[in-house]
Amino acid sequence: MGNIIRQATAGTLESSDVFVSLEPCASGLEIEIDSVVQKQFGEAILSVVKEVLSEHGIDKGKLTVTDRGALDCVIRARVETAVLRGKGE
Amino acid sequence: MEKKLVSSLREAIELSGLKSGMSVSFHHHLRNGDYTLNAVMAEIANLGIKDLTLNASSLFDTHAALEDHIRNHVVRKINTNYMSQGLGRRISEGLMDEPVDFRTHGGRPRDISLGITPIDVAFIAAPTADCAGNCSGKYGPSACGSLGYAFPDAMYAKKVIVITDNLVSYPMQGWSIPEIYVDYVVKVDAIGNPQGIVSGTTRITRDPVGLIMAETAVNVIRHSGLLKDGFSFQTGAGGASLAAASFLKDVMLKENIRGSFASGGITGYLVDMLNAGCFESLMDVQCFDLKAVESIRTNPRHQEISAMQYASPAAASAVVDKLDVVILGATEIDTDFNVNVHTDSNGCIMGGSGGHSDTAAGAKLSMIIAPLFRARLPIVTDHVSCVSTPGRDIDVLVTQRGVAVNPKNEELMLRLKDAGLPVVDIRQLKETAERITGVPAGIKRGERTVANVIYRDGTLIDTIKSI
Repeated sequence: MGNIIRQATAGTLESSDVFVSLEPCASGLEIEIDSVVQKQFGEAILSVVKEVLSEHGIDKGKLTVTDRGALDCVIRARVETAVLRGKGE
Repeated sequence: MEKKLVSSLREAIELSGLKSGMSVSFHHHLRNGDYTLNAVMAEIANLGIKDLTLNASSLFDTHAALEDHIRNHVVRKINTNYMSQGLGRRISEGLMDEPVDFRTHGGRPRDISLGITPIDVAFIAAPTADCAGNCSGKYGPSACGSLGYAFPDAMYAKKVIVITDNLVSYPMQGWSIPEIYVDYVVKVDAIGNPQGIVSGTTRITRDPVGLIMAETAVNVIRHSGLLKDGFSFQTGAGGASLAAASFLKDVMLKENIRGSFASGGITGYLVDMLNAGCFESLMDVQCFDLKAVESIRTNPRHQEISAMQYASPAAASAVVDKLDVVILGATEIDTDFNVNVHTDSNGCIMGGSGGHSDTAAGAKLSMIIAPLFRARLPIVTDHVSCVSTPGRDIDVLVTQRGVAVNPKNEELMLRLKDAGLPVVDIRQLKETAERITGVPAGIKRGERTVANVIYRDGTLIDTIKSI
């Protein structure tokens, strides 16, 4: 458990990957998603991002997700890495 | 005989008698390096000519200036066989009042030769020409190799203007299109950017998924019963298709099989196969790289063919009908084996048939090679968003997780099963993909028809809606 204390990123903009960037945000959780498969998987991406954040007890922070068609497992891994980096762990 | 060589594009256009409402045509061998279409259309716009029908064998993103000509009503209608995604997106967004008519590389010359799509003035970008209009793509600083797609334009247009940046003395040697069809010749500084005309080298894929598909594709060909002396073959320039050609070469050399010909868009890989003795001849409608250009210039067994000889259903005979095997791509394929190569998964135009449905109709074995999914989007769907090539012409789909045979080809199914290849039902491939990617939400299509897809025999096979 803990909060985002620093700006952090994970992932790349390669096809089939996702680039996750986050920074501290005092007011609450802000999630912005831009995906090449927005129409087909936009909601699925949002739900997996929220799931990972909740697993790590993150309820404050600004998260930007630039998706190039990553699978769920990749999105999970990138978000988790960014969160751990942002928590300073 | 009046003098053909004129001093400017503008003069040539004026002399041709081009007027509003007429039809102009272009060929696409200079691909994304082409300067001529933009230069000609700019002059036409300057002359105040409007409401033209533009008939181009293909359009690339370098032709983005067309957007302005469409908005300004210089261009009213487009007939083409392929459109890359920049312009495709604009068309899909509803840029034009009239739908684009997509044809195939065989259907275009068919309809030109039958007078269905008459051309008033054809513009031929020629890497070398003489003052009478004898011209070729094999020589000059902007050499592109074959001029195959320009032949119907030269033969059937009412007026023909040759545009060259390499004017040589009469008579030029080794012409492809003879002076008998040409009305005017214009010398310009450059017809194109050589770096955009052909790629330096086309490379096979290093992606392990692509290599597995290529290996499987070659195993399918080996066990199809078609790989024997006299074998004929066509493949695209995609990474996995080129890898398949490379693996096929090894098999043919090892088993000492002497094929008859390879056709279509020609790459250095097919040139290597010709030189290694895998084929007697190459039948070339378009060169994709510098090695192919060098080969067509120097090797008499590497032959230039016109679009009619390549694929026209109106020709007395055509090369595609002699094909044993063709390897093709797909953006989507459905469980009835219908293939989409016109639109992306959002329904946005990003391609076109080219020779896809021509070769699929002609070849004894039509193979689609595609990964199970690309960037999370499964390739196999229940219904493709656009039917480019009908499923009846597709025999087999090769993916990294198995091979699906069209049930109509029972013999192939048995042969591949006997050979121990991983034959699966196409619906199973769809399920496998969706287990990994999730099931994509359906895309809503717009109401307006932005393009008609016209099959090679002239019938409407599908329409593309706005996004």
